[in-house]
Amino acid sequence: MKVIKGKRVLILGANSDIAEALASDLAKMGNSLILAGRNQEKLSALASDLIIRYEVPVSVELFDALDIASHKDFYKKIGESPDIVICSFGYLGDQELGENDWGEANKIISTNFLGAVSILNIVASDQVKAKDRTIVGISSVAGDRGRGSNYLYGSAKAGFTAYLSGLRNKLYSKGTHVVTVKPGFVKTKMIEGIDTPNALTATPEKVSKAIIKAVTRNQNVVYVLRRWSLVMFIIKHIPEILFKKLSL
Amino acid sequence: MISNWNNYPNVTAEKTNLISPSEIEKRYSNQNFIMRGAGKSYGDASLGDRICSSLEYNKFLFFDKNNGIISAQSGVLLSEILNVVIPKGWFLPVTPGTKYITIGGAVASDVHGKNHHLEGSISRHIASFDLMITTGEVIRCSKTENSDLFHATCGGMGLTGVILNVSLKLKKIESDRITQRQIKAPDLDSLVGYLNEFSSYTYSVAWIDCLKGGKGFGRGIVMLGEHSVQNDLENKPSLNSAPENQLNIPFNFPNFALNNLTVRLFNEFYYQKTYRKDNTFISGYNSFFYPLDGLGNWNRIYGGKGFLQYQFVLPMEGGKEGLVKILGRINRRGLGSFLAVLKIFGEQPEGILSFPMRGYTLALDFPIVRGLFDFLDELDKIVQDFGGRIYLAKDARMKTEMFLNTYPEIENFRSILLKYGVSTKFESLMSKRLSILNSVID
Repeated sequence: MKVIKGKRVLILGANSDIAEALASDLAKMGNSLILAGRNQEKLSALASDLIIRYEVPVSVELFDALDIASHKDFYKKIGESPDIVICSFGYLGDQELGENDWGEANKIISTNFLGAVSILNIVASDQVKAKDRTIVGISSVAGDRGRGSNYLYGSAKAGFTAYLSGLRNKLYSKGTHVVTVKPGFVKTKMIEGIDTPNALTATPEKVSKAIIKAVTRNQNVVYVLRRWSLVMFIIKHIPEILFKKLSL
Repeated sequence: MISNWNNYPNVTAEKTNLISPSEIEKRYSNQNFIMRGAGKSYGDASLGDRICSSLEYNKFLFFDKNNGIISAQSGVLLSEILNVVIPKGWFLPVTPGTKYITIGGAVASDVHGKNHHLEGSISRHIASFDLMITTGEVIRCSKTENSDLFHATCGGMGLTGVILNVSLKLKKIESDRITQRQIKAPDLDSLVGYLNEFSSYTYSVAWIDCLKGGKGFGRGIVMLGEHSVQNDLENKPSLNSAPENQLNIPFNFPNFALNNLTVRLFNEFYYQKTYRKDNTFISGYNSFFYPLDGLGNWNRIYGGKGFLQYQFVLPMEGGKEGLVKILGRINRRGLGSFLAVLKIFGEQPEGILSFPMRGYTLALDFPIVRGLFDFLDELDKIVQDFGGRIYLAKDARMKTEMFLNTYPEIENFRSILLKYGVSTKFESLMSKRLSILNSVID
């Protein structure tokens, strides 16, 4: 088992609920953090909070997944190579809007797939800390099979899942471990009682714990709630001839 | 269903969380709502049709370890502040009897502690806060900047806007220990006498056995305390915020569990447990300030129907006579209060609707039984006659008239809301029940 302490951790998309929970847990364990995202004000508040509570070094760096041209400079700017890189940004978007509006469809695909591939390519090519490094990609159960209700998001995440699997294979011999996380439904913080099935909905804190466990144990593909692996196993194995008739 | 610590009233409401102020402003652009912190108040101050919780808005923003200034978003708990500041040699300037409340709620209720007679309520130690009002505008308030809105918000029960972040001046300490002195007082005269005699102690409060009649009427224990200094301690002073062991009440007690007899037995035991009349010892800060926090969910002792806390203050002049009258009523009625705490308040220039005034304050707990509400209305009359009032953070049942007659600054409060265009945007069950926002027209 790996011990996550005294490591340098880069969190890409640190504004999300999951990333915030993860940042707290990692700071509490005594790691230094680089929080990267678009919302400077929110990131600064998170950074000051973690510094005051846990007395670990935390820095903030602006990062936009869609601004692919800026990714190389961004990675240079963060300085010393991180030991753990967590790619937690994503954009659910509006499926129906995206079916008719290329701007929306493009944003969904670009954020979830192109942006992630771009930045992780740069991370992967950094050989300095390849040994004992971990890359965590937060993908989605939606990528396990395309469904009528969210196949734009789903297909982008499917691409990301395949990318992560290839990256794991490629970097294994160099000593970098790649974790694929599929959280399933996650409780949003702003509104309580939104209608997702309780048994399949995890809290951001629970996702964070699952990710930390996956990193310490070198797990490969992680469903946060184990029920999801069963649900997705069934969904994946419904014959297409039936599946196409279902409303999912 | 949602209720505060005393489980009454219990209401249905739409619940949201404050994550980003602008999102909340947008969501409620055409609707009224009320902010809620940790839900530790005893009543309906933070209940309404739409409730926005500050608990997820909980980041520390700034900590000056040398000068003892800390800034945090409103949902940070006092317990979290203690964890951060004690190891650096600082303490909360004022703390109520539980540390599991938010700093935003502490400002909105302008909470007081065992040091009020010397150091005032928490508003005296607030450097500044940011308040989001109806328009979404964020206003910096302090004793010198928008001071009218500052004094309306401290003790304003959330009705002036959303407190976003608070900057607090801390108190320097040398150790995490408290040097305590406990003195047994055989009757009310000596109890009040000791409280006055020992008012130079930073912290002072008294527990009263409110069921004892006859010769021992109003007997109790005066509890005094100071932050321990190097000289008090045998070992090097420690600065450790380690929490106490938690016991937990796992379920609601049956309603008959707490009755006249059990409270009488408890009180007898509590009074007799220290056989010495005057006792000095050193303890951790938790057992001195937060004895009930060590007992998780202690509100369940009162059963599922809930309970009411009744805390009033009477001005110094005539106050003791009023106390005798009220304690006499409770005693004759045989209503057992598990917790009965008497304290002397100092001056309270801050906070337009703040509760404290120079005089005697007594806090009592009563399980909800038939006749309780009428009985408390009778006590209200005595409180009003003696020029006192009821603590809003602990009220779930006072009548509008009682409120309007005992909070003479209400018109001032309303006119400040009008001045800043706050109107009735921030509305609670309490503000409706007590007509606090009446005549604050859109």
